Amino acid sequence: MATEGSIERPRADDAGLSTESARAEQIYVAPQWKLMWWKFRKHRMAMVSGVVLIVFYLAAIFCEFVAPYDPESFSTRYTLAPPSRIHFFDTEGNFRGPFIYGTKRERDPVTLRPIFVEDTSVIHPIRLFSPGQPYKLWGIFESNIRLFGIDAPIEEQGFFLLGADRLGRDLFSRIVYGARISLSIGLVGVFLSLILGIVLGGISGYYGGVIDNIIQRVIEFIRSIPAIPLWMGLSAALPADWPVVWVYFGITVILSLIGWTGLARVVRGRFLALREEDFVLAARLVGSSEMRIILRHMVPSFLSYIIATLTLAVPGMILAETGLSFIGLGLRAPAISWGVLLQEAQNLRSVALAPWVLLPGAAVVISILSFNFLGDGLRDAADPYAR
Amino acid sequence: MLQYIVRRVVLMIPTLFVISLISFAIIQLPPGDFLSSYVAQLRAEGDAIDAAQLAALEEQYGLNQPVYVQYWKWISGILLRGDLGRSFEWGKPVSELIWDRIGITMLISLLTILLSWAIAIPAGVYAATHQYSIPDYLMSFISFLGLGTPSFMVALVALWVGLAFFGVNISGLFSEQYIDAPWSVGKVLDMLSRIWLPVVVLAIDNTASIIRTLRANLLDELNKPYVETARAKGVRETVLIWKYPVRVALNPFFSTVGWTLAALVSGETLVSVVLSYQTSGPLLLRALTSQDMYLAGSFILLLSTLTVIGTLISDILLAWVDPRIRLEE
Repeated sequence: MATEGSIERPRADDAGLSTESARAEQIYVAPQWKLMWWKFRKHRMAMVSGVVLIVFYLAAIFCEFVAPYDPESFSTRYTLAPPSRIHFFDTEGNFRGPFIYGTKRERDPVTLRPIFVEDTSVIHPIRLFSPGQPYKLWGIFESNIRLFGIDAPIEEQGFFLLGADRLGRDLFSRIVYGARISLSIGLVGVFLSLILGIVLGGISGYYGGVIDNIIQRVIEFIRSIPAIPLWMGLSAALPADWPVVWVYFGITVILSLIGWTGLARVVRGRFLALREEDFVLAARLVGSSEMRIILRHMVPSFLSYIIATLTLAVPGMILAETGLSFIGLGLRAPAISWGVLLQEAQNLRSVALAPWVLLPGAAVVISILSFNFLGDGLRDAADPYAR
Repeated sequence: MLQYIVRRVVLMIPTLFVISLISFAIIQLPPGDFLSSYVAQLRAEGDAIDAAQLAALEEQYGLNQPVYVQYWKWISGILLRGDLGRSFEWGKPVSELIWDRIGITMLISLLTILLSWAIAIPAGVYAATHQYSIPDYLMSFISFLGLGTPSFMVALVALWVGLAFFGVNISGLFSEQYIDAPWSVGKVLDMLSRIWLPVVVLAIDNTASIIRTLRANLLDELNKPYVETARAKGVRETVLIWKYPVRVALNPFFSTVGWTLAALVSGETLVSVVLSYQTSGPLLLRALTSQDMYLAGSFILLLSTLTVIGTLISDILLAWVDPRIRLEE
């Protein structure tokens, strides 16, 4: 478990040796993190998921830039407008790059429902880095350059990649903004659970005995009561007049108060296994302090397991936030999270007329699946010596 | 065996005590006491409340007294008289509102467990014995999808599919004529014809995780020498698989069946809200949003208590089946 070994570099291309033995030697001298990386790379789904998550998180970090519109800008002309169809060839068959036609709102003569008709005489090309509504990135940098957009302002012509909601707001922009809260709440929540899990799981596994017994009973207790009713009760108690940021942290604390148990079990398991290892005994014999043994010797050797478990714990947090916000007990509008966006889908009329209001759910499913695959890959890679 | 049961029951007592503390805390959490909101509500409706009645209520719930006295009055009322307090929104004792709904919630959860076992055990065994075959990949894919999709999303999509493609509204647990009708054979049949939807929706999630665990456990077992020995002895393959390794591989999640129950009751809450079922979820949600705290607290208390008791029963059954568990420690 030599983390110090990471300074050495495997002499990979020595004299162009690409034979079996060179490969074997490469493995022999490779530092542990490199073995993990090799093993991880073999897990195709985990690699793909990793890329997907990087894209998602980049979009969440730079959401002001990625979203073509301000999430609150609305236009009643586009109530429940369907996703804009992107064309490449105009009516004469000429290649024009990606563009959309102008849309006109008409009424269906039979049902009298509003329908949106394309006007093929007006062409709005889609451009990268096009100027749009002004915004402040992270509330600091002012700009009006957006990742992509069309040449007309929303009042003239809306461009809805994923359709518009009941108030005529661009759903894609709102999903991108929602990613900032929904994806970060998973990380913050898991971070809080990590602290609780490592402290309590560590104490439980390291000292054992009565303390271990008590902590194990507490974990069993927490896991044996239904979480969502309890979460509902606790989050309903958050005062309704709290600002969004407070509610956000309130919800994260509530989620992690229950979410730490899985992590604590993993930490305890590793501690129990490592406590008996020779290198821990050796460290104790040369007189290292308890704290040093734990932090310098034990933690590095199960860090990879912790990271894998953490990754697998994130989806639960995202799901919980989505569920609570969805039923109206979590974050509330004007905050934008995927769960808040899904509230729209509670209205059956909206869903029937405009199934795209379910799309924030697709964002939830994709990110949860990605975290699951990534976590699976990491867990396999965490023990590179296993076959 | 008796000793094991006694030990488990004794261990359950502190758990139940903590559950009651948490439920009581939830009742107490909203600002102001419920009585003042009750009085305000009565005034808003134009009813006068006389001082004697007010004093009687105050005495009954121990208001203006320290918290522990209030807790004691509350819990002793439940234990001795089955009095769960009053729902101010409905103007009825909580116990009149709650039992039907909790019963249906538990029924849905139990049916879900049975359905997901019926699907997942054969599927998991097949996936493990035919590793890397096409059905194995297919099942892995489906179970990953099942794990990634929150149940309430599945319920939403089911609602949409029903409405958009079949033109039927599948929400609601009863047909219209039965909603307010008293229980009868017709009502039960009507419910059973609709209850499969939440059961299937919830089972997807649960089945997915069982298939994955079972497959992983069984793959570990299949390489062990005892399997080889049995095979060398000439035991037929099907008998061999089902008689030895499957039983070992099933153990870990039989022992966590209580957590499954908790997770199902949890999931059922949200699914029912989406499907507007007359179970505990929607009523709990409504009680929480209107701060009808005795109703909300009672739901949390009873759902948790029943889950813990369910866990106890499953543990006892397990110990009865598997001697290793009752002889542990």
